[in-house]
Amino acid sequence: MSATATLPPAAMLLDSEEGSQYLEISMGPHHPSTHGVFRMNVVLDGETVIKLKPVFGYLHRNHEKIAENETYLGSMPYTDRLDYFCSLTNNWGYALAVEKLAGIEVPERAEYIRVITAELTRLQNHASLVGFLMQDMGASGTPLMYAFREREKILDLFEALTGARMMCNYMRFGGCRCDLPAGWLDWAKKVVASFPKFLDEFETLLVGNEIIMARTQGVGVLSRELAISAGITGPMLRASGVNYDLRKVDKYGIYDRFSFRVPLGDHGDVYDRYMMRLLEMRESLKILEQAMKDIPEGPFTDPKTKVRNFRPKPGEAYGRIEAPKGELGYYLISDGSPNPYRYRVRPPSLINLTVLEDMCLGRNVADVVITLGSVDIVLGEVDR
Amino acid sequence: MVGSGILKGLAETARNFVGSYASEERMTTVEYPEEKLPRIEASRNFPFLVFDGDDWHAGMRCVSCQICEKECPPKCIYIEKSTDKKPDAVGKLQNYPARFDIDISVCMSCQICVEVCPFDAIKMDNAFEYFATDRFGDLVLDKQKLSRSNEYYHQIHPTEAANVDAELAAARAKAAPKPAAPAAAAAAPAVAKPAAAPEVTASTANKPAANDPAKESNG
Repeated sequence: MSATATLPPAAMLLDSEEGSQYLEISMGPHHPSTHGVFRMNVVLDGETVIKLKPVFGYLHRNHEKIAENETYLGSMPYTDRLDYFCSLTNNWGYALAVEKLAGIEVPERAEYIRVITAELTRLQNHASLVGFLMQDMGASGTPLMYAFREREKILDLFEALTGARMMCNYMRFGGCRCDLPAGWLDWAKKVVASFPKFLDEFETLLVGNEIIMARTQGVGVLSRELAISAGITGPMLRASGVNYDLRKVDKYGIYDRFSFRVPLGDHGDVYDRYMMRLLEMRESLKILEQAMKDIPEGPFTDPKTKVRNFRPKPGEAYGRIEAPKGELGYYLISDGSPNPYRYRVRPPSLINLTVLEDMCLGRNVADVVITLGSVDIVLGEVDR
Repeated sequence: MVGSGILKGLAETARNFVGSYASEERMTTVEYPEEKLPRIEASRNFPFLVFDGDDWHAGMRCVSCQICEKECPPKCIYIEKSTDKKPDAVGKLQNYPARFDIDISVCMSCQICVEVCPFDAIKMDNAFEYFATDRFGDLVLDKQKLSRSNEYYHQIHPTEAANVDAELAAARAKAAPKPAAPAAAAAAPAVAKPAAAPEVTASTANKPAANDPAKESNG
């Protein structure tokens, strides 16, 4: 299993102690189940996984080093490309870190806009994750297309607000780039009001399905202890029964103003992780309804913050938010120059992926695929 | 009963299938080349340079201050400053770009050039039906290919363009009386200048053929 200079063949036989042979296969990087360019070296004894080694880095783009050579504002569009499903939460995490670093106040209205866009992002991320998970399980197409139909409505909202469907580049230090366009809020209210109907439909379609239960229950179990000690965050941690949601713990932004509950799992298996997403969508809808009702008039950005020649005082800051996939953190050190001295991202996908082997040992290959699917990774964020 | 969950799910699929023929709401796709969805006003893809009036070169708002070149995160803009000057949108004599190239294969459509431009000279297009046959030459757009009229800008982003025009009109009104104050004799030509000036410099500029770049990109 040691890394060699030459590329290993896609499959090879290894001798076991008992005289039989193990099969080592390379799943990925271009395997449809791996959600991008992720590779796993899996050693099999018959059908059983006895070793699994993730191989990262096929999508490495030097994100952190680029940001250290870029102005503070110039890194903002690059954060879109970390987790390209949730560019608005990525923007928020980065903006939050810079605001902490430079001590910038965010106006009320901007905070509401941020909450609305972040929760819409969570809705579309979870909806498509459930769709992809079903796709991995062999429910080819139908649930994924239903999820994408709803996602499209939210992406249209993003396009009308930010100008882009996915690479939004919308948050700015001290607020947002532009105000909500006329009629946007009513449109968004309509989309949010129609969303529970889709969730009901989705649940009828999937939740009681015997095949899904047989495939997911008791598969890929992550124990509470391991989840905590491995630093797992997000829906994956909560599926293992740990009540830890940064929206409740940190209360960043204005999350302390909304009443919502944090769904918790019990078994930490694939089924719990999948249910966690469905339940979180319902809670996001609650937050959205409250935020859209209460949003005040006022400035959408802090007028004192300059767009150009932005130089925070020397110091360091760590800004973290509850991204749809887990705790997304940005660590910044400023030396007073226009670009950060050190820029570091704590990507939830990568850290949630570290326990993949523990969840897959002793299961078969088909279970590896759905366990990976339930982790919810995006390779843009894993490899950066 | 085992299997009832599956049957319920199949009933839901059937409802969606039949619904896609019956209800307008469930028809989520369009037959793209024949049928097109209306463009969303705020949408953006690549930058273009705005010019006022009919002549793209004379009316070009860009004064080649090179801020966008400096701020562009992937560094896809290349500008060379002119040695001579021509009047800008407000009527003040300014440099203009002798060269202004954007490599749209590098551009990531982040809109930061638009945000930092103090002259409202660069804006985002939303025409998406582009093609190029050459990977290197065709994707580097020079200043003529980048130029679009203010009318085109009004067409694609009406709200934003109206705001920009109002701001520019205010700046022009503010700039016009200033030269009149020091010498009363110079007042008349100075005020008349913004309107008359484009024709003067147009003769020095290499005038393109009658093809309007805005029309070209839409075709």
